[in-house]
This record gives sequence, structure tokens and C-alpha cells, in this order.
Amino acid sequence: MKKDFFRQWEFILFIILIAVNIINASLSPYYLSVNGILDATTVFMEKGFLILPMAFVMILGDIDISVASTMTLSSVIASVSYKAGLPMGYAIIVALIVGTLCGFLNGYLISRWHLTAMIVTLATMSLYRGIAYIILGDQAVSSFPQWFSYLAQGYLGSTHIPFSLIVFAVFAIIFGLILHKTAFGRYVYAIGNNAEASRFSGVDVNNIKLAVFTITGLMSAIAGLFLTSRIGSSRPDIATGYELEAIAIVVLGGVSPQGGIGKMLGVIISFFIIGLLRYGMGLKNVPSQMMIIFIGILLIVAIVIPNIIESSGARRRLNTEIKGDKSNAV
Amino acid sequence: MKSKRLTNSIGSRELGLILFIILISIIIDIRNPIFLTFSNIGDMLTDTSILAILAVGMMLVIITGGIDLSIGSGIALTGMIVGLTVARYKNISPALAILMGTVIGTGLGALTGLIVSRGKVLPIIATLGMMNIYRGITFLISGGQWVDAYEMPESFKNISRSSFLGINSLVIFAVIIYIIAYYFVNYTRTGRQIYAVGSNKYAAEISGIPINKITWLVYTIQGALYGLGGVLWVSRYASAQNDSAQGFEMMVIAACVLGGTNINGGSGTIFGLILGSLIIGIINNALPLVKISPFWQTALQGLIILAAVILNAAIAKNREKQHLMRGEE
Repeated sequence: MKKDFFRQWEFILFIILIAVNIINASLSPYYLSVNGILDATTVFMEKGFLILPMAFVMILGDIDISVASTMTLSSVIASVSYKAGLPMGYAIIVALIVGTLCGFLNGYLISRWHLTAMIVTLATMSLYRGIAYIILGDQAVSSFPQWFSYLAQGYLGSTHIPFSLIVFAVFAIIFGLILHKTAFGRYVYAIGNNAEASRFSGVDVNNIKLAVFTITGLMSAIAGLFLTSRIGSSRPDIATGYELEAIAIVVLGGVSPQGGIGKMLGVIISFFIIGLLRYGMGLKNVPSQMMIIFIGILLIVAIVIPNIIESSGARRRLNTEIKGDKSNAV
Repeated sequence: MKSKRLTNSIGSRELGLILFIILISIIIDIRNPIFLTFSNIGDMLTDTSILAILAVGMMLVIITGGIDLSIGSGIALTGMIVGLTVARYKNISPALAILMGTVIGTGLGALTGLIVSRGKVLPIIATLGMMNIYRGITFLISGGQWVDAYEMPESFKNISRSSFLGINSLVIFAVIIYIIAYYFVNYTRTGRQIYAVGSNKYAAEISGIPINKITWLVYTIQGALYGLGGVLWVSRYASAQNDSAQGFEMMVIAACVLGGTNINGGSGTIFGLILGSLIIGIINNALPLVKISPFWQTALQGLIILAAVILNAAIAKNREKQHLMRGEE
């Protein structure tokens, strides 16, 4: 019953994606062209780098709410190093290292100290953003070199394909292959289904968790760099609430927050649904607070509805079983 | 025998917290002698009251194995609704304003509780969603504007200014709530059932404890408390803002884990909670006194939670080891 439902889930998401495109096209006459849709993706592409590792974390049955803070800290570190005279290339490397370390600290505390992912990442969410505040206070850094803005705003050669979309596609393929085609990916599912049983079957649970959280840190740093490139400045309060959107996208994509269930394809389709929906609402000048409310509701509804369907299905099955027993007895 | 050992170890933890409070108070007072004056201690207790009130609800939620991230936004939303109401109808009595905030908060909390208990949504995800929904609604109903001090009637601002026997009314609110909470968690059937749900859900279900009802109840109580907290907040700061109490949930969670509430559920004491809230209150009060930039506050909160959780884990591990060693004898 459950499996059938999730087998269809990607298909349902695909239909929703088409519906979103039709709605957007009716809002703006310029939207429905290949170039229009490609352009629209540049507005939200940085979140894509969050959802890929977040899918791994949530299939593990854990959660990481420090991703947005890691983004901000990496972005602030990169911009401050650049301002201090470091060439931008090196500043980027420093930011990537900082992000990786942030993720490593999360993973270390969760896997070695056996602390709950929720409370660890809740604490580091404050800690990482707090460090960004200590570094920059209420200031902002802008004016980066010309080539840095190419990351999020550039197009591939003379075509109309955004550079950020290409980077995302490459990462999406890599993450999808790792999750579905490698032993590592199978272990991630196994841990999400039953961590204790996996441990007894010889799966290196601790190191896999450590690896997933560390990669999440690295990917958050990449997301932070793309965001900085897109908005052209860095402040300690950028990317607030991104963790909510990343979690909402992953859950809507069919990943169960209890772990063990979900597919990368669903997560990627759901990423484009939310992104294009947000873009469409922007075309209609819907206030951003409305969007926040909408995403919050979507997150809860996306979990509640499958739960209700499942429990009513279970009840129906139970009822028919009871009836079957009775008829047998008669 | 076993229960005696358990109470001993809990007692030693609280003794440690008291020593820590004395130690940091002395250090801060050496850096700035204003700290240990009567008026500053009074201010500090008044500032800590709202935090301490919310910590009661948070502790109950955490004991059942959940968490509530929506309380900061809940304060902002109820505060904004009540603030807008008293700004328009200036002759509303303060008691009615408090009742109104508490009722709205109870409704919000009951909704969250329903989503968690009946909808089977993980508490962190449900309350993360609610956090954003409340904050968004706050912006929408206020139109991005503040309710300023001059728009509010004096009687409303006096809720937090009045005092009884020289004690500020906020502190009195907190004391009353702590007395009720102490009785509730220690001496009522429902209170004990909250612990049972958190320490072993499966066993609790088999023993006939209504898990869904208990889960729903703790979020509803938390809602009532942030509703009350929202009114007190707006009265205390004499303004209702859209970004009121942003990140306040982190402070409240820090007070709980510092006070020894187990983040995995099942344990937590009212006395520990008072000490945990006091430590957070002292740190918040002392930062400006020892001239640490307010920009340090966010990082410090994260660090405190992390340190407290690691400490709790280390204590638990140590206790387990002792049990094992006794077993070998």
C-alpha cells in the first residue's frame, strides 16, 4: 500500500510541476519560453545545493537545521577574507573549508557523542550565525570581482543556459547516483530504516553519518557562495529561513522525516515546483510573508495527508481482515 | 535503593548549578559592581520572568520527547493581536487583555498539538512550520507596522510595571505558574503521565495512558503560556513589533537543557528549570554590564546549549558506567 503510493508520488509531483508552469504562463506572457523558464531558475538555484545533501540527512532519519547558518558563515568568511586582501579564488577555498568544518562538527557530535541531530544542529544554527554576527556585526560586504558574479548570474558561452543550472545538474546526477546506485546509498537507507539492525549487520553507521553531515556542510558552503554571487553582497542575516524551505522541499519530494524512504528524483522535481511557484508569486507581487506562510502550511500538509491516507488504509485493511476472519469462522 | 541513588545524582547536579550561579555572579560583580545591587537583581528577575514562564511549557514538551520552536513567533503573534486591540479599544481592562492573549495562545498551541498528536508530524518539523506561519501572519496583520508605546493605554503598560510588596508583577506571575507547575508535574495523575509518555512510549501505551491526549495537552499548555507571555512581553517593552522574540525559543531551550531536562524526553525537574532560567537570565543581564557586544549573544546561546547537552550526555554516560560497575560486584 505504502510502496504503491510512493511509486506514484514522483508522477504526481511531475503533474504539479506542469500545473505550476501553466499558472505562471497565465500570469506573465513572457514566461512560457525556454529562455524564460531557464532565467527563472537562476533566482532560486542556490537552494538546490542544500536539498541534495538534506535528502541524505533526512533519509538517514536525522535532520540538519544549521544549513542556512553554515551558508551565511561561509559567505561572510569568504567576503571578509576577500576584503582583507586575499584573492577571491583563495577566499572561496577558505569558505569551503569553513563549511566543511561546520558540517564535520555536527557530524562528530552526532556520531561520536551520540547526541540527537535535532539538538546539535539547533545549537550550531545559533553558533554559526552568531559567529557571522561577531565577525561582521551589522555591516555588509559588497563589490566582489566581476568573474565571481558569473557563478550565479552567468550563462554558458553564447547559449541561454545558466551556469548555476549546469553546476546543479552535475551535482544532482552525482548525488542521485550515490544514493541509488552505490553501497553507500543503500547503507543510508538501511540506517534510516533501522540504525541498530544496520550496526549489527556490520554497517559503519558512525562514519556514514559523519560523512553525510560533513558533505552537508560543504554543500551549504557552496550554496552560500552562489547566494553571495547572486545578490552581490554578504551580511550576517542572509539566508534566514532557508533551512525551513530545504526541509519542506525534501519532505514534499517524498522523503519521510522518519527516515528510510524517498527518492532523489522526487526531491529534485519538488525543488523546481517550490522555486517556480515562488517565482510565479513574485510575478504577481505576492508579499514574501505570504510565501513563508504558504511554505509552512505546505510542509505540514505534505506530511499530514500521507499519514492520514496511510492510517485510514491500514484501518480498512484491518476491517476487511476482521470480516474475513468472521466469514471463515462461519 | 535505586530511587535514592537517582535522587542523589539529580541533587548533585542542582548543587553544581547553584555553585556555578554563585561563581559567575562573583566574577561578574568583580568586573562591574552594579551587578549585585538590589535594583539590578530586581531588573534581572523581571527580565527573566517571561523566559522562565515559557520554560515550564517547553520542559513539558521536551519531557514527552518533543520540542516547540514556534514559541518566539507565538509570542510575536499573540502580542501583536493584543497590541493592535488595546491600541484601538483603549478602555479594555488589563485582565481582559491577558485573558485574550492566553485564549489565543491556547488555540494556537492546541492546533500545533493536534498536528503533532493526530497528524503524526515530527514535533521539530511541525513547529518549524508553525514558527514561520505565525511570523508571516504577524507581518500580514500588522502591515509591517509597529504598535508604539504612545498608542497603548497606561493601564495596559502597567501590567508589567505594577508591583506587589515591592516585587514586580511579572515575577509574581512566574512564581504562581511555578507553584502550579510543581504541583501539576509531581502530584497529579496527568502530570506523572507526561513523564511516562516521554520515558517509554510503548510501555505507556500498554499501560493505558492516552498518549495522543497527553501529547496534545503539553503543546496546548505551551500555547497558553506563550499567549500569556506575548501579552506580558508587549506590556514590558511597551511595543508590539513584527520581529519580537525572534530566536527566543533558543534561550528557552537553553534554560531547559541547562536545568537538566533530558532532550530525549522522560526527565526534568521544576527546581532545575528555575536554576537553568536564572543562569540564562544572569548571562543576558551581565553581557552589557561587562561590555560584551550584543553580537556575541547568538553565538553564546548556541554554545551554552551545546555545552549543556554534552554535559548531560557525559553525566548520563558516567552514571551508566557506575551502574555497570556495581552490577559486576
